[in-house]
Amino acid sequence: MADSTPIRKNERKLTIARAMAEAVAQEMRIDPKVFVMGEDIGELGGVYGNTRGLLAEFGAERVRDTPISETAFIGAAVGAAQDGMRPVVELMFVDFFGVCFDAIYNLMAKNIYFSGGTFKVPMVLMTSTGGGYSDGGQHSQCVYGTFAHLPGMKVVAPSNAYDAKGLMAAAIRDDNPVVFMYHKALQGMGWLGTEPAATVHVPEESYTIEIGSAAVIRSGRDLTIVSLGIGVHHALKAAQRLSERGIEAEVVDIRSLVPLDRATICASVAKTGRLIVVDEDYHSYGVTGEIIATVVEHDLSVLKAPPVRIAFPDVPIPFARVMEQFCLPNPDKIVTAAETMLGRDVAVTNA
Amino acid sequence: MIPSREQKLWMYEKMVISRRFEEAIAAIYFEGKKPVFNMANGPIPGEMHLSDGQEPCAVGVCAHLQPYDIVTATHRPHHQAIAKGVDLKRMAAEIFGKATGLSGGRGGHMHLFDSAVNFACSGIIAQGMGPAVGAALSRKMQGKPGVAIAYIGEGAANQGAFHESLNLAAVWKLPVVFIIEDNAWGISVAKAASTAVPENHVRAAAYGMPGHLVRDNDPYAIFAIAGEAIAAARNCGGPSLIEIETMRLAGHFMGDAEGYRPKGEKDGLSARDPIPRLRARLLADGDADEAALDQIETTAQSEVDDAIAYARNSPDPDPADALTSVFV
Repeated sequence: MADSTPIRKNERKLTIARAMAEAVAQEMRIDPKVFVMGEDIGELGGVYGNTRGLLAEFGAERVRDTPISETAFIGAAVGAAQDGMRPVVELMFVDFFGVCFDAIYNLMAKNIYFSGGTFKVPMVLMTSTGGGYSDGGQHSQCVYGTFAHLPGMKVVAPSNAYDAKGLMAAAIRDDNPVVFMYHKALQGMGWLGTEPAATVHVPEESYTIEIGSAAVIRSGRDLTIVSLGIGVHHALKAAQRLSERGIEAEVVDIRSLVPLDRATICASVAKTGRLIVVDEDYHSYGVTGEIIATVVEHDLSVLKAPPVRIAFPDVPIPFARVMEQFCLPNPDKIVTAAETMLGRDVAVTNA
Repeated sequence: MIPSREQKLWMYEKMVISRRFEEAIAAIYFEGKKPVFNMANGPIPGEMHLSDGQEPCAVGVCAHLQPYDIVTATHRPHHQAIAKGVDLKRMAAEIFGKATGLSGGRGGHMHLFDSAVNFACSGIIAQGMGPAVGAALSRKMQGKPGVAIAYIGEGAANQGAFHESLNLAAVWKLPVVFIIEDNAWGISVAKAASTAVPENHVRAAAYGMPGHLVRDNDPYAIFAIAGEAIAAARNCGGPSLIEIETMRLAGHFMGDAEGYRPKGEKDGLSARDPIPRLRARLLADGDADEAALDQIETTAQSEVDDAIAYARNSPDPDPADALTSVFV
């Protein structure tokens, strides 16, 4: 468990995009085996800005624009990683995994196991997730659960720039494949509409955040809200509103789906007795179910109420703004769920 | 490029080891699977894809390789592994699913990995090609010697990974050679029924790289063409594609009834079995006498017997070790 860094005045703030690029650049400076490849990551600096400045500093040999051939270049990253390099590869939209998933789940994620641990696959697959800006059903998904379900890859999803930098540095230094899933609405790209709270103080010096450590980012006694990525910001906003009505919510940012810091989640629910899980991925067979199962398997007796999940309904993501917004998790849904869960108890407690 | 006498005998030896190995595997495979064939039974459960007839493709290419060169193989990898120098005992043990196997039984016959000789497999058609391109990229970026060989079957030439990988290797001018082992059958579908061009080597032209065709499963011709392609790759000449007309003497997998094959086709193929042909050629050319070839065959058989015995006598893995080596 680690707490996020408090933001102080006059300290440098970065967007997640800048923080990712800074972490990659710092690793490239100290390790010549680190290189970057993907679509539009060179001159353009990545569609989401997360490789900006790398081409100018490191040149086209180490910052490689690829053809639109995800099967080939993600497969190539596996081969390069097995041969001792440390590729950082971008899959522009996670939705595109459909054209290249064999390279990801049958090669990247399995070759360590198939080799009995004699091959290493030190690569980072960074990919954008999430909707909310009416990009339709093939450019708005999260599919966190799909990646986290399949064994052999670590999976991280930062909610703020401080975590993004530390997780990226840790991912690049890891000898295992790490999928780095960044939410588009947290990138600090104005044209996407950005969550300002994701842009936080980021130290200039290099640091790592342990992959597999969750963060309790708000303390509370009445219920636990567990989330990741943009859901953490929904949770914080909901917690603020609940606090004004006398309900104190604890917010856990899992930061890493694989490994999942089950101990931190269970400890929080043991304290509060109530659990809401918020995830922008699809409702069924996913992250929300896994987290609830974790708590229930650990100790059913701590629960004072059935856990609740707030996730994307099991439908393709619709285009029409009102339809998409209807489906997405948001602070209102969390507040309503929390009040339903413990409204009467709290009324009694605070009477 | 013409093989030396030593290279010819090396090729013959590896072809014989491969064939004897597969004969042994085939015999053991049916233990426990008769009279009722159940793939899950016997000392070697699961699918089994034998490469009988395709040995020239392995030796003609791998004769030019060093341990530091990279090979990515397919679901039918035994001949390639043997020619690349994968440890035969540990490979046999892996095929038996034993604790002493290359990966302690986690991989099986379609997933043979030997880091000592840079050998890896994928059981998914054409999916070894991307990793071969990446390994070649790694060597180029590091300025280290080494070419990557991606073996595929002719069915893989209709996969997206084939076209993406050829393009990427060509646009980055990487030291990789793609080898198509054309055994004419994609499981039960004939090449002519699945492929828009009669010969796949022409597809190289679409990616601006040389494409070569070797007919008649001839190990010396394979050696010659592969030697030139590999030398070009080593000398920064970029990738190339080689199509080899070979033959599948066995079924797609053990237990395949092969009802789809035209009557008499296999008899014709057996008459052109590359191993007796090479033996006759070595004798006719005066490269070896009967006694020398007999000796090679005896030694090969004994090496195979040792590997099979090692596999049989090795312990099963601790079942709970299944939970280890997911990450390093």
